[in-house]
Amino acid sequence: MGDMDREDLLSLYRQMLLIRRFEEKSAEMYALAKIAGFLHLYIGEEAIAVGAIAALRQDDYVISAYRDHGHCLARGSDPGKVMAELFGKATGLCQGKGGSMHLVDLPKRFMGGYAIVGGHIPLATGLAFASKYQKQDLVTVCFFGEGAVPSGQAHEAFNLAALWKLPVIFICENNRYGMGTPVQRAVALYENVAEAARSYGIAAERVDGMDVLAVRALMRNVVDQVRAGQGPYFIEAMTYRFMGHSMADPSHGHYRTKDEVEEHRKRDPLVVLKETMLSQAHCSEADFKELEREVGDVVTAAVKFADESPFPDPASLHTDVMVED
Amino acid sequence: MLLSYREALNQAMREEMRRDPRIFLIGEEVGYYQGAFKVTKGFVEEFGPQRVVDTPITEAGFTGLAIGAAMAGLRPIVELMTMNFGIVALDQIVNNAAKIRYMSGGQLSVPLVIRGPGSAAHQLGAQHSQSLEAWFCHVPGLKVIAPATPHDAKGLLKSAIRDHNPVIFIEAQLLYGTKGEVDEGEYTIPIGQADVKRQGTDVTIVAYSKMLLVALEAAEQLSREDLDVEVIDPRTLKPLDLQTIVTSVRKTGRLVIVEEGWRFCGLGAQIAESIYSAAFDYLDAPIARVTGEDVPIPYSRPLEDAAIPDVPRVVAAVKSMCGAA
Ligand SMILES: Cc1ncc(C[n+]2csc(CCOP(=O)(O)OP(=O)(O)O)c2C)c(N)n1
Ligand SMILES: [Mg+2]
Repeated sequence: MGDMDREDLLSLYRQMLLIRRFEEKSAEMYALAKIAGFLHLYIGEEAIAVGAIAALRQDDYVISAYRDHGHCLARGSDPGKVMAELFGKATGLCQGKGGSMHLVDLPKRFMGGYAIVGGHIPLATGLAFASKYQKQDLVTVCFFGEGAVPSGQAHEAFNLAALWKLPVIFICENNRYGMGTPVQRAVALYENVAEAARSYGIAAERVDGMDVLAVRALMRNVVDQVRAGQGPYFIEAMTYRFMGHSMADPSHGHYRTKDEVEEHRKRDPLVVLKETMLSQAHCSEADFKELEREVGDVVTAAVKFADESPFPDPASLHTDVMVED
Repeated sequence: MLLSYREALNQAMREEMRRDPRIFLIGEEVGYYQGAFKVTKGFVEEFGPQRVVDTPITEAGFTGLAIGAAMAGLRPIVELMTMNFGIVALDQIVNNAAKIRYMSGGQLSVPLVIRGPGSAAHQLGAQHSQSLEAWFCHVPGLKVIAPATPHDAKGLLKSAIRDHNPVIFIEAQLLYGTKGEVDEGEYTIPIGQADVKRQGTDVTIVAYSKMLLVALEAAEQLSREDLDVEVIDPRTLKPLDLQTIVTSVRKTGRLVIVEEGWRFCGLGAQIAESIYSAAFDYLDAPIARVTGEDVPIPYSRPLEDAAIPDVPRVVAAVKSMCGAA
C-alpha cells in the first residue's frame, strides 16, 4: 500500500473538487439570481473531464456540449473568468455573450460549449480534419451525452471521422438520462451505446466514469493511438447525473427515484478517488482538509471577481458579430 | 373561463385528440415528462404511449416520420422542444412537408402541425432565443401561426390540427404562464384572420406573439399622452390578413410594425411592402419598424435587453412618427 504518486493524485482530486465546489456555488448564485438562463451542473461526472483532459497536451483541442463548466475548468480556465461569464459580466470568458452553455477559452484550446444536442460533434471532426490537414500531431476530444448518440449529426460525424481516419476521440458521457428520458427509451442499443461508433469501424471501449484513474489510464492509451494516426476512437464513460437536468429540473424528478440517485451517489467520483488516496497514496484527512480550504478560497475569489466586475456596455451588443478588417 | 396559455394549448390538443383518433403527438419529453414546458400535462395518462410518443433527440428523424405518417392518413402533432431545434428538422420541413402536395400534383397531402416555443425567454443564450418565423413564412406550402393570447392559442391550434396542410405553430416560452379569458365550449378561430386588440385612431401598431403584449402596454402609456393607438394582432403570419391592417391604416394613416425577430428580411419588411402596395396613398408617414437587433441574442442581461424590442422603444417609435418625440 502507498505506492501511488501522492502529488499526482492530490492534483487530480483538487481539480475534481474545484469543479464540484465551483458548481455548488453556481447553484447558490443561481438561486440568488446572479446567474440566469440555463445552468446544467456536471456534479457526479467530474472524473470524466478531469481524467480525460489529464491525458492531453496543452495544444490538443477540447469541445463539449452545454454541460461544460467541468471541461472548461479541467482545461485550466480561470475560475474567475468562468464565473464572470455565468454572471454575464464583461470580464467573463466571452464577455458575457456566451453564458453557461457557451464557454469558450481559445488559449486553453477549449473550443466551446454548444447547446444544440449533437450539433458540435461535426465540429470536432472539423477540428481534427484541420490538424491532420496541417500535419499537426494534435488530437481533438469531443464530449457529449448519451442522448446525442442517436442524432443524425453524430452519425454523420462518426462516419466521416472513420472514413478519413481523423484524430478525434469521442467521449460519450453516459449519465443514463437525457433530461427525463432514460437511455433505454432513447438509444436502440442502450446496453452498448458504443456500437453506434463500432458500426462505422471506430474502435470503442467502455470505462468506469466514476474512476478518474481508470478514465485517465484508458485515455493515455487512446491518445497515443489516435495521435499516431490510427483514426478515431469512441469511449463510453459510465456515469450518473447527481442533480436535475438543469436548475429548472428538481434533482430527483418523477422520472427517477430518490433511492436510485442515492445508490449512484455511493460511487461519487470524489469518494472513489479519496478511498484510493487514503489507502494507497499516504494521504490523510488533513490533506483533504487542506484541499477544501484551498479550493474554497479559489471559488470564493471567483465569485468575488464575478460579482465586482462590471456588466458589458450595451454598446458592445454589435461588436464581434462579424470580423471587421 | 380564465386559462393560462399553456392550459389553453393543452385543452385544444386534448379536445382534438378525443375527437379524432388519427391525431397523435410526437416529440421529446412530451409523454412521461409531461412536456418540457408542461404543455402536454396528463396526455400520456389519458391517451397512452401509442398516441403520445416520446422520441430520442432526433428532430430530423421524428419530423420526417410525422410527415410520412401524415402522407399515409394520420394527423400528427409534432412538438419541438423549442423552435430552435426545428433548424435540425428544417430539411424535412422545407424540402418535404412544404413541397409534397405540390410535387405530387395534388395527389398527396401532409396534414401536420409542428408546434413549440419560439423567441427569447430569460437569458437562454444565442442558440436558444431565436425568432425564426420569417424563415418559415418564406417557404411556399407552409402556414404559420403565432398567437399571443390563451383564447387565440386554443382556437387557432384547433384549426391548425384540422387543417389539411403543414402548419407551423409558434408559441413563446414567456407566454406559457400568461392568463386570459377563453370561451367556454367548442370553438375554433379561422386561420388567416387578424384581430384588432385595441381600437384607436392615431396610429396602427401591428404586433404578434409576445410583442403583442409589449405593443398593448405601449398603447396604454401613449393613451396617457393623448395618442390613440390601434393595435392589430395578425395571429396568423401566413396567410396574412392584409385587409384588416389596410382598413386600420386607412383610418390612422400611420403604421408601426413590432417584431422580435431580426430586422433584415424580417416579417415586418414584408408587411411594410404589402401595405405600401395596398395603401400607399393613405399613409401620412413612412412605415416604422421596431425589431430585434441584427445580432445573435447575447446571454448577458443588459445585452439581451438591448437586443429585444421593449415598451420604451415602441413608445419612442410611435411618438417620433407622430412628431411628438
Ligand atoms: C437538437 C436539440 N434538441 C433538444 C434539445 C433540448 N435538450 C437539451 S439537453 C437535452 C438532453 C440531452 O441529454 P444527453 O445528451 O444525454 O446529455 P446530458 O444532459 O445528460 O449531459 C435535450 C433534449 C437541444 N438542446 N437540442
Ligand atoms: Mg445524458
